[in-house]
Amino acid sequence: MSAVARIWAHMRSSKTVMVSGGILAAIALLAVIGPWISPNEYVTADFGSILRSPTLSAGHVFGTDDLGRDLFVRTMMGVQVTFAVAIVASVVSLVIGVLYGATAGFVGGRVDAVMMRLVDTLYALPFIFFVILLLVVFERNFLLIFIAIGAINWLDMARIVRGQTLSLREREFVQAAQLIGVSTPRIILRHIAPNLIGVVIVYVTLTIPQAILIESFLSFLGLGIQEPQTSLGKLVNDGTAQMEGASWMLLIPATLLAAILLCFNFLGDGMRDLFDSRQSR
Amino acid sequence: MSLLEVSGLSIRYGGAEVVSDVSFGVDAAESVGLVGESGSGKTQTALAIMGLLSEKAEVSGSIVFDGAEIVGSSERQLDRLRAERIGMVFQDPAQALNPYVPIGKQLRRVLLCHGTSGGREVDQQVMHMLDRVGLPDPARQFRAYPHQLSGGMRQRVMIASALIAGPDLLIADEPTTALDVTVQAQILDLLERIREETALLLITHDLGIIAGHCERLLVVENGRLVEQGPTRRLFSEPQSPHTRKLIDAAPRLDGSLPQAAAQGDVVLEADDVSVSYEEREARQQLHAVQDLDLELRAGETVAVVGESGSGKSSFVRAVLGLIPIRAGRVTFCGQELAGPVQARSVRMRRDLQLVFQDPAGSLDPQWRIEQLVAEPLTVHEPDLDAKGRRERVTAALQRVGLDEGLLRRFPHQLSGGQAQRVAIARALIVNPKVLVCDEAVAALDGSVRQQILDLLRREQEATGLAIVFISHDLAVVRSISHRVMVLYLGRLVELADGAGIFAHPRHPYTRALLDAVPVPDPVAPGGKLSVRGEMPSILTPPRGCAFHPRCRYTKSRCRVESPRARRVDGARVACHFAEELTL
Repeated sequence: MSAVARIWAHMRSSKTVMVSGGILAAIALLAVIGPWISPNEYVTADFGSILRSPTLSAGHVFGTDDLGRDLFVRTMMGVQVTFAVAIVASVVSLVIGVLYGATAGFVGGRVDAVMMRLVDTLYALPFIFFVILLLVVFERNFLLIFIAIGAINWLDMARIVRGQTLSLREREFVQAAQLIGVSTPRIILRHIAPNLIGVVIVYVTLTIPQAILIESFLSFLGLGIQEPQTSLGKLVNDGTAQMEGASWMLLIPATLLAAILLCFNFLGDGMRDLFDSRQSR
Repeated sequence: MSLLEVSGLSIRYGGAEVVSDVSFGVDAAESVGLVGESGSGKTQTALAIMGLLSEKAEVSGSIVFDGAEIVGSSERQLDRLRAERIGMVFQDPAQALNPYVPIGKQLRRVLLCHGTSGGREVDQQVMHMLDRVGLPDPARQFRAYPHQLSGGMRQRVMIASALIAGPDLLIADEPTTALDVTVQAQILDLLERIREETALLLITHDLGIIAGHCERLLVVENGRLVEQGPTRRLFSEPQSPHTRKLIDAAPRLDGSLPQAAAQGDVVLEADDVSVSYEEREARQQLHAVQDLDLELRAGETVAVVGESGSGKSSFVRAVLGLIPIRAGRVTFCGQELAGPVQARSVRMRRDLQLVFQDPAGSLDPQWRIEQLVAEPLTVHEPDLDAKGRRERVTAALQRVGLDEGLLRRFPHQLSGGQAQRVAIARALIVNPKVLVCDEAVAALDGSVRQQILDLLRREQEATGLAIVFISHDLAVVRSISHRVMVLYLGRLVELADGAGIFAHPRHPYTRALLDAVPVPDPVAPGGKLSVRGEMPSILTPPRGCAFHPRCRYTKSRCRVESPRARRVDGARVACHFAEELTL
């Protein structure tokens, strides 16, 4: 795939993108191998060592929580969940949103009108109501939360992609391809989609933090991740309760969450700069 | 002491020097032309004089205007200088005017910013100015928004706003490049008239314009001033090879005509083709093209010429199937071409190819040159393996004079001329029978334009390609067209062979188009005004002959009866008096 290779070459030329991407990769790597090498389990409660502050010697690098569970393993677990939310939500919104939006935009006319009214209708559903409904109808499930978040995000993506496709459709290179004899699906796939990548990548990197925040919010309401599993948002929430006695319980997950959100935002901004500067060339 | 004295001006962006050591002067009430190809630093020089360069530019040298240094002076000082002392007109008036503000208000602001107190007098002054630049009905136009005016009228407004504060110097940067030839002649005439009070620095790539309108000439190449002197001397005895090259590249009306085309078979035929658009707001049909015929033979080039709005693009796009036809039929080698291009068979689409005006827009920016040129092969010759495809692509690039080194590049890494060659290579790689060029050389510099035209002619001789060449400029099509079709408001005005149309135009409109062409010859510069006003809107076509409001030979019959095209000495002319007029 030449488009992917080119985007990579492009990303390498920007310091913002490389630094924020590097930090994210490092955090992700730590989150995967951290729990694996740590002697502690995320569920094991040790009532002998409740609310221990972070020390290297006792084996609790990030300290312990109010149930004596090792905070390092729990935080890493939270990061895993957070990244999982990011990946699932972005993939769901990417696949549905791009295909839906590009088809509506390119085909146009009545098809476009019907497809976009459906999006409007879904927009009108209150999000929380939608999630509660899902959780009631189906069993409470890890994956369901992610899909719910992705299902909300694809609406924005579809609208943005449709708008972009509408303007791309009028571009002369699309007409040129039609005159050459290229078929419509091929034009969507080979000419429209690659030209959407810039917008889509930027939008995905900017929606990821949004998805992470939504997950934290759901967990806070008790609709998200359930104990003993955890996420960064939930850890922050737990930490707030112990803020006075055990500040590390708040500070460590909060710092990580902030770092991740900031990095994704910087990544998105950096990407936008890259693609914008190329468009103006 | 000159009014403007530029000495040792250099402008750098990072490591790149775009203007190097340029020195010249402009006297009061003098008209000076600054000529060069795109990228030669003309506009940068003008912006430096106005103090409008971006902050990234490093400027050295000095620009003295009426005793005051411009380089390094503060925004405050520059604000006083701009408009009051130096006015500027940009290439594209649509971008230079604020679309949300009525034009009268925009002009009034110029005056209010420069010390005039408000009140009725200001409005009077604005209206007087609008009248002076030839805007009809200034009292009404005062309240008009820029989009309600035509391109030519907008440029008049720009000139008015540049002149309203009474500057001593007017800088016009390609003021007519975006306009039709006839309108161009009018704008240049206007600039000529206002020059009695104001010095003019006219920046252009077109020597034809310069020849008729400037006393002195500055020729720049790659940021360096290569030659300067009186216009006549530079044309008769150019010292620099670059000046020579520019003069040779300018389109002329006395060059050689192409050799007569071999009488090939008819490949493309259009009968009574009409195109209309739905105009939602006005709730009416816009008849962009009415009953046009075209018969194109193998090995022949037919030029379709007319001002913008004449329907030339709509006509060929309808023939190609990019927009729907309302009436009439199109046949290709005896087979009817019906429906939109997507519905036509792949085989059929192979033989009709189009080259667009803007190569940057017609080449997918995400694709490499190699993929772009190979795309038609993937559709029409899917059995070809990667190696064979590569050979064909390389051969196609060689055909258009590009080397293999460009294969891995992206379109934005090419110059305009290179990109247009790529577009042509892409169109020709599957050996079509018909090539349609829609203003394919309009955006290119003179020398590059010549090369592209030569390339098309060679291809035609080698392969018997039939070409439809759309242009707004008769001079450009002269060297390649076997036949010329002149359109006005969607109708045929004249169709004749190349020799006929250039030597003996039979329709007053054709004559006017020829007269308006600026010729690079200071003794007989062309650019004459033999037509009044501008093309009316297609929404409100005049009754009778569509051309009669602008025609100088109008008689009563022209106002009521629309002329049908008929044969006059081997040409087809739509004028009631084609036989009687001596044009």
